[in-house]
Amino acid sequence: MRHLMSPLDFSTDELERLFVLAGDIEKNMPKYAHVCDGKKLATCFYEPSTRTRLSFEAAMLNLGGNVLGFSEASSSSAAKGESVSDTIRVISCYADICAIRHPKEGAPMVAASRSGIPVINAGDGGHQHPTQTLTDLLTIRSLNGTLNNFTIGLCGDLKFGRTVHSLIRALLRYENINFVFISPDELKVPDYITNALDEKNASYKEVTKLEDVIGNLDILYMTRVQRERFFNEEDYIRLKDFYVLTKEKMALAKENMMVLHPLPRVNEISVEVDDDPRAMYFKQAQYGVYVRMALIMTLLGLAPDVLDKEA
Amino acid sequence: MLNVGKIEEGFVLDHIKAGASLDIYHKLNLDKLDCTVAIIKNAKSNKMGKKDLLKVECDVEMLDLDVLGFIDHNITVNVIKNGEIIEKKILTLPKEITNVIKCKNPRCITSIEQELPHIFVLTDPEKETYRCKYCEEKAAKH
Repeated sequence: MRHLMSPLDFSTDELERLFVLAGDIEKNMPKYAHVCDGKKLATCFYEPSTRTRLSFEAAMLNLGGNVLGFSEASSSSAAKGESVSDTIRVISCYADICAIRHPKEGAPMVAASRSGIPVINAGDGGHQHPTQTLTDLLTIRSLNGTLNNFTIGLCGDLKFGRTVHSLIRALLRYENINFVFISPDELKVPDYITNALDEKNASYKEVTKLEDVIGNLDILYMTRVQRERFFNEEDYIRLKDFYVLTKEKMALAKENMMVLHPLPRVNEISVEVDDDPRAMYFKQAQYGVYVRMALIMTLLGLAPDVLDKEA
Repeated sequence: MLNVGKIEEGFVLDHIKAGASLDIYHKLNLDKLDCTVAIIKNAKSNKMGKKDLLKVECDVEMLDLDVLGFIDHNITVNVIKNGEIIEKKILTLPKEITNVIKCKNPRCITSIEQELPHIFVLTDPEKETYRCKYCEEKAAKH
């Protein structure tokens, strides 16, 4: 049985298959309306995340399946002290596949080790968020045409931002990608990420000002400075407005630079940028549904072989 | 000069970094074994200046030496049977260690999930880096 804990769980060939399937979903949505008839997705969210949960639920509903679950720990058995291991054993009796979000890092892995159904990590603390990464990869592949040969700037909270960590590790498997990390010193990428970059001899630089590098970027990936990742409010307030993308900064960027953001946005991208044709973050949310549909079908063994058909 | 007698069957762990023997005593769970143990601290060593030694009289199958490889693979392990050294074991870095050290990351699932083994995986043999299997936090230097 396959689970998805990290974007690296799938080989690049398997990812390619997933992205081709997602591309076909985009073009022929009605074709997939009954693929998961009679199947149930459990969304076990131990911390609130409306966006990711609804994206999973929309994906399953689009496939003709049903959804059940909880959206915060207080409304689940965790509030009574039930372990993740026990919860997943029970959920395995109710559903065919499970997406789990948990504030503790590694919780989905614990669930997967005890589960009778495929488990998808829908975010674990500051650690991994693989379906966001699949969304990001699909967006880049669809809009850029390829997952090789580009310069990507990652801006904001690079220390606690799990989407950034997952994305970097996933991109390291593709060729000729230059990374530019734009963050305050306090929120630089952690050592295990720079170690991974060094091991692969990847080209990267770390800077503190977005203006200095924005003109060189093909893709700008903005992130939110998350209040819940800080231990103290004072640090949060001091750092949250450091890196705000404005119309003025966009004027310095390439004409075809793509702006991505995992959302939700707070104020790191001014709303005036939304009308810029280079702003792709709402499109990205749509790709999130397609890739989750492709993933659910794949893990349930219900994916049609679109790759062969294309060839 | 302190004299500690010979052992019939067991281990002599030599070239332990001075002062580290008590930690090894606990990590090998020797406190839980009903056997004779000699802890020798700060013995003279030509190679190290000062060193610690541990002599353990027990069945040679009883100890998990993987843990020693993790703690310090420069320790010399002499296996004793019938009062003689029958083998000098070469320690290597174990691929995985279970319940030897605890994950210090307060955000790790091991901090709340009961009965979950604390597993660390060797991720970089060159730098001797171990990371928590669950949250990938680097093991604290020992």
